[in-house]
Amino acid sequence: MNSHYEELKNIIKIYLPEDVSVDEITPNSHLINELNINSANLVDVVLDVEDHFDITIEDDEIEKMDTVASALEVIDSKINTK
Amino acid sequence: MNTEQIISILPYDDPFLFVDEIEEVQGTGVRGNYTFPKNSFFYKGHFKNNPITPGVILTECCAQIGLVSLGIFLIGDESRLLETKIALVQSTMEFFEPVLPGEKVVVQSKKLYYRFGKLKCKVMMQNVQGVIVCSGELSGMIYDKRDE
Repeated sequence: MNSHYEELKNIIKIYLPEDVSVDEITPNSHLINELNINSANLVDVVLDVEDHFDITIEDDEIEKMDTVASALEVIDSKINTK
Repeated sequence: MNTEQIISILPYDDPFLFVDEIEEVQGTGVRGNYTFPKNSFFYKGHFKNNPITPGVILTECCAQIGLVSLGIFLIGDESRLLETKIALVQSTMEFFEPVLPGEKVVVQSKKLYYRFGKLKCKVMMQNVQGVIVCSGELSGMIYDKRDE
């Protein structure tokens, strides 16, 4: 996993529900179905990602960010085209 | 969309409609008011022989004016609104003064963000003396019914 993985993990862990531990985050984790992040908190994850990486996520791109790895792909492609 | 239209679209009715008037609405925020009728259903039990408007009802009033009315304005299109459903998703409120039966309150709401279907606002409720009775932050989500 690339260097942004730990940074993304640190953002995600803030929004984990109480019954999911940070150790359960893996690259393949599905944010909603496996990590139980609800859609409201997923928005907060994305807004924090925007601030942290200084990028802008478009409305149709949030749907691509369903797993940790796919979120990283979106983040990396955004950073690379800055 | 004008303020009367917004009230007519609000998905609430007696005894759970807590908006009398939208005084002003813009893309950045909204101000509206409500007068709690003395015979409102909750005064019978909150509290026994000591009627005070419950904090959850003040929160609901803030949400109906500050989140839902503003959300309707932001979406703007009535046909689009029919395809959506709404939910309160986050609430952080502080309560400073009691609101007694018959009191009028004014709610002001400032949009913090509206992104990806989530509207987050800073809300404040004042009584007619201008004293802040409660304030905080509320968030709501707008979902497409199609996504179910």
